[in-house]
Amino acid sequence: MSAPPRPGATEERLYQIRHAASAGLAHPSTPQIQARDSYYGLAALKPPVWTWEVPLYFFCGGVAGVSAVLGFVGHLFRADPAMVRMLLWMALIGAAVCPMLLVADLGRPSRFLNMLRVFKLRSPMSMGAWILVAFSGFAFAALLAHELQRAGVDSALLVNLGWLTEGLAAVTGLLLASYTGVLIGATAIPVWVAHRRVLPPHFLISGLGGSAAILELAGFLVPVTQALGFLAAGVETLLEAWFLFRRRPVDAPLHRGRSGGMFLAAGLLQGPAALLLRLVPIGTPVGRTAAAACFLLGSVLSRYAWIWAGRASARDPTSQFADQRAGLTRP
Amino acid sequence: MTQTGFLTDATLCIGCKACEVACKEWNGVPADGFEWSGLSYDNTRSLGASTWRHVKFLEQPLRAGPQEAATGGPFRWVFLSDVCKHCAHAGCLEACPTGAIVRTEVGAVYVQPDICNGCGYCVVTCPFGVVDKRPDDGRAFKCTFCYDRQKVGLKPACATACPTESIRFGPLAELRQEGARRVEELRTRGYADAQLYDPASTTVGGIHAGFVILGEPENYNLPPAPEVPTAYLASAWTSAFLSAAVVFVAVCAAFGLT
Repeated sequence: MSAPPRPGATEERLYQIRHAASAGLAHPSTPQIQARDSYYGLAALKPPVWTWEVPLYFFCGGVAGVSAVLGFVGHLFRADPAMVRMLLWMALIGAAVCPMLLVADLGRPSRFLNMLRVFKLRSPMSMGAWILVAFSGFAFAALLAHELQRAGVDSALLVNLGWLTEGLAAVTGLLLASYTGVLIGATAIPVWVAHRRVLPPHFLISGLGGSAAILELAGFLVPVTQALGFLAAGVETLLEAWFLFRRRPVDAPLHRGRSGGMFLAAGLLQGPAALLLRLVPIGTPVGRTAAAACFLLGSVLSRYAWIWAGRASARDPTSQFADQRAGLTRP
Repeated sequence: MTQTGFLTDATLCIGCKACEVACKEWNGVPADGFEWSGLSYDNTRSLGASTWRHVKFLEQPLRAGPQEAATGGPFRWVFLSDVCKHCAHAGCLEACPTGAIVRTEVGAVYVQPDICNGCGYCVVTCPFGVVDKRPDDGRAFKCTFCYDRQKVGLKPACATACPTESIRFGPLAELRQEGARRVEELRTRGYADAQLYDPASTTVGGIHAGFVILGEPENYNLPPAPEVPTAYLASAWTSAFLSAAVVFVAVCAAFGLT
C-alpha cells in the first residue's frame, strides 16, 4: 500500500513537471527530428493490405500458367498422354481456384466484376484480371476439347480447336505466371521496385519448378520432369545466391526480421535443397520426391516472404529517402 | 474548368488541427482511434483511410529564421498540415484496375466509392503513402479535395477552417507562383532553409497540393524524389516477356531432348 500524499506533494510534483517541460524541451526522452531524417521514423508509405489469399494466388497462378505451357509443349512433342492430360487438368483447377482467392481478398467481393469495367494497359492489376479471365477460358476450352477427343468424338474441327486453345492457354499461362512480378515490381514499395527486373523470371521459374514438382509427386518420375526440376532448382539457387550476395540498405527486409527468415527458408528449399536432393542419390525416386516436395514448399513460402518483405520495406523511410537522394530509384 | 490546388505553409501553421476536425466533420470521416503517440502533439501520426488532413509537429534542434529560443540550445517547433498531393501523374489513379479513381474537372484525384471494390492496389502504388483501405468498410479512401464543395463554388473544408491561412486554396497556377514568392520572402527575412515542396522534376510531374516548408522534405516524411510507379512498367514488363520467351524455349528443349 502506498502512503497518503504529503500536503503540498501534488504542487511539488506539478512544479517538477512544469520545470521539466520548460527546461527540458531538449530532454533526451523527447524524440527530436534531425536534419535529413524521417518524421519520427514513422512509415512514409502504406504497407500492402493484401490478405493471405494473394501470395497463395501468386503461387497457384504460377503453377497453373506453367502447367498449360507444359501441357501444350508436351502434347506437341508427343509426351506421355496421361501426363499431358494431368497438366491440362492442373491448369484448369488453378484457373478455377485463382479467381476465388482473388475475390476473397477484395474489400468488396460482391464488386469483383468491376475489375472488368476497364481494360487498362497501365495497370498491371487490370492486365492481370484480363490475363486470368483469358487463361481460364482457354484452359477450360482446351481441357474440354481434350476430354471430348478422349471420349471418342472424332472431328477435325475439334482437333484444331484443341490445338488452338492449348496454344492460347500456354501463351496466357506464361503471362499469368510472370505478370505477378510486374504487379508488385511496378509499385512504390522500395524492396519490390529494386527487384522489378528479377521478380518476373523469379516467379515464372518458381511456377515452372512447382508444376514439375506436382507431376513428380503424382508419380511422373520421367526424364522430362527431372530435367525441368534441375533447371528450376538450378536457376533458383543462382537467384538465392544473388539475393544473399546483394546487401544494399533496400534489401534489408530480405535478410532481417520475420520476412528475412521466411525468405531465406524459401530460397534454401526451392534452391540448394531441391537441387542437392536431385543429385544425391542421383535419380532415385525417394530423392526426387523429396526434392519436389522441398521445391513446392519453398515456392509457396517465397511468395509470402516477398509480401512480408514489402510490408517491412514500407515501414522503413530512412533507406527509402536515402535511395531517392542517391538517384537509385529513377526509372 | 480551372485547375485548383492547395498551398499549405508550414511557417503559418499554428498546429490547431482545425483542418483535421473540419475535414472529418464535413466529409463524415469515421474516428481513427484515440491513442497517445508520444511524438510531440501529434497523436494522428499519418494520413490514412480515415485521416485526410494530418498536422505534423516537428521538434528540431535548429533555429527558425531569426527567432531565438529560450531553451538553452537552438530549438524550433514546426507544424505542417499534410494532405493528399493530387499528383499530376498519380500512382493510385494509374494503378486502379476498376476505373474507380478518376481525375475531376478541377484536376483532383478522386476515388469513386460506388465503384471501388477494395483490391488494395492503390495502397501500394501511392508514392506518398496517402490512400489506404478502411478495414471495416473494405474500400479505399483518401482526400476528395472536397469535390462536392468545389462543385458548388465553395472552398474545401480544411482551407475554410484554417484560421491563419496556412492552407490556401485557389487556381493552381496562381498558387505555384504564390508559393515561389512566399519562399523568396521568407528567405529575405532570414529563414534560409525555407523551400517549396513540389516534386515537378520527377515522373510525378508536380503536385496539386504544394507545401512551403522549413528544412528538408524528409523531416516531414515527404519523399525527396517520388516516382510514379508506372515509370517502372517498361523495365518490369520487358523482363516478364523476355523470361517468358526463354522459359518457353527451355521447356521445348526439355521435352525435345528427353
